[in-house]
Amino acid sequence: MDRPALRLIAALLGLLGAASLVWMFQGLGGGNRAFILQLRGTKLAGLVVVGAATGIATVLFQTAAANRVLTPSIMGFDALYVLLQTGLVAALGVAGFAALPAAPTFLAEVAAMSLLAAGLFGTLLGQGARDIPRMILTGVILGVMFRALSGFLARVMDPNAFATVQAASIASFGSLDAALLPAAGAIAGLCTGAALWMAPRLDLLALGREVAIPLGLRFDRVMLATLGLVGMLVAVSTALVGPVAFFGLLVAGLAHGLAPSARHAVLLPAAGLIGAAILVVGQTLFERLMGQTATLSVVVEFAGGLFFLFLLLKGRVR
Amino acid sequence: MIRITGVSHRIGSAAILHDIDLTLPRGKLIALIGPNGAGKSTLLRLVARLEPLQQGRIEVDGLDLAATPTERLALAMAVMGQQTHIASRLRVAELVGFGRWPHHRGRPGAADRAAVEAALEAFGLAPLRHRFLDEISGGQAQRAHLAMTFAQGTDWLLLDEPLNNLDMAHSRALMARLADLVRGSGRSVVTVVHEVNYAAAWADHVVAMKNGRVVAQGPAEAVLTEPVLSALYDTPVEVARHDDRPLVLHHHWHDQLGTPFPEAPDAARPTVH
Repeated sequence: MDRPALRLIAALLGLLGAASLVWMFQGLGGGNRAFILQLRGTKLAGLVVVGAATGIATVLFQTAAANRVLTPSIMGFDALYVLLQTGLVAALGVAGFAALPAAPTFLAEVAAMSLLAAGLFGTLLGQGARDIPRMILTGVILGVMFRALSGFLARVMDPNAFATVQAASIASFGSLDAALLPAAGAIAGLCTGAALWMAPRLDLLALGREVAIPLGLRFDRVMLATLGLVGMLVAVSTALVGPVAFFGLLVAGLAHGLAPSARHAVLLPAAGLIGAAILVVGQTLFERLMGQTATLSVVVEFAGGLFFLFLLLKGRVR
Repeated sequence: MIRITGVSHRIGSAAILHDIDLTLPRGKLIALIGPNGAGKSTLLRLVARLEPLQQGRIEVDGLDLAATPTERLALAMAVMGQQTHIASRLRVAELVGFGRWPHHRGRPGAADRAAVEAALEAFGLAPLRHRFLDEISGGQAQRAHLAMTFAQGTDWLLLDEPLNNLDMAHSRALMARLADLVRGSGRSVVTVVHEVNYAAAWADHVVAMKNGRVVAQGPAEAVLTEPVLSALYDTPVEVARHDDRPLVLHHHWHDQLGTPFPEAPDAARPTVH
């Protein structure tokens, strides 16, 4: 890694470290400090995992898709999450849904959403379909199908169950489940490690099939592995805080804008750190300074949406 | 040598190549010529393993394409296809540096850096080395891709219409460099060209294709003749001599004004042999 890249990573680490310290110790007061610190530490870990997973997943997906505007949510992950939640509430009722053990449910959700990625992309690649636009179109169609199924289930359930579904399917950075964190952190950590190990191959993947294959890259294999990692990372993030459509776009855009080169050895850690820093800084502002008068997820999505429009208007759609 | 045996290829229901048997000799500058839809690029893409081999066998210096790991083949041949758009925001030197990937697998050494420098110099790209690809012209980007292919340092170079986007001076310079590479270092180049005079001026060996078949091949003198070219392109062609090589004249046929475009490829049409 060259000097400008190291400077960027060091600066982002510094920002995240400073934001984390403020989050942990600002307004600590004189009460039960150990309890408060544990509470804050858990939430901090959750924010870091979600931010890093979303940022890294989006960079990986954009590399695979050779497009800087798309996000994994376009492949129907958020819609599947909502369908899973709706299906569980419809099948088990409000009481049954609330009584589900957190960790096994989370692992099941991760598995279901990872299987979607492997099934969808594996099938398409296995059939020799190498064009990304077709895969993306398939993802959009699946997303529409999942939403339609969720809509159907929501129409036939009672109002109390519908309210529970609504609560579970709207992104919330403020209500992380501590029981999920160890598993989520482990999965996100393993995926991040694998992505960093693959970084030189990802640089080649980003060149596109026509250039990468003659250079000796096993293109389809690396593509499939990349999309599998995207599936797992998005599953972790979505299961922890719910669906976020544009946050990843914002993070990946910032990473591409700030990184001195398109090397994934720089892009991936930069995106992970930017994602984590935005969530920690944002949640500190919204929770401590603004007293929960606004919701971080809404603001992040709004900013991401504006960034999406900016990319469209600047003609950066590729 | 590259040995192509019994290769046929279909895209959907359309037959693109018909039972191609062809041997491309080592140490030559080989030009693939022919009208649009002749199958030149498809044949090159099959050798470059950018398309799956449906039927037949292809060997590059004895390496069976179907049985040799792609990493090994990347050390034997470099390829520049027609699609050179890259979504990543890369600088010129970074792109050229990717040509060394088959050698260093992500950890470039001094020899790799020297090869990149040489390629940048060879293509007049040293002043542009820090420019992003989206900040240079199409022709300069084309040269950057060619430099990457050169930096790969393989015995074989496969180039699909490398003169696209290049002006007259850069086109001539590229052909001269390819000829230098062949005659100076014994490397082998296979290139698809549309302007037959580049083949006439520089190629050692010419392969003429039409309707998915090889209709003529051999030294430029033998293939670039009036009967072969007129039948190949379905248009009148005159072949003169210049600098002791063929010079194909076709632009000046003003009496052809209003002539419709040649018909689409038709497999049933007789071919020249």
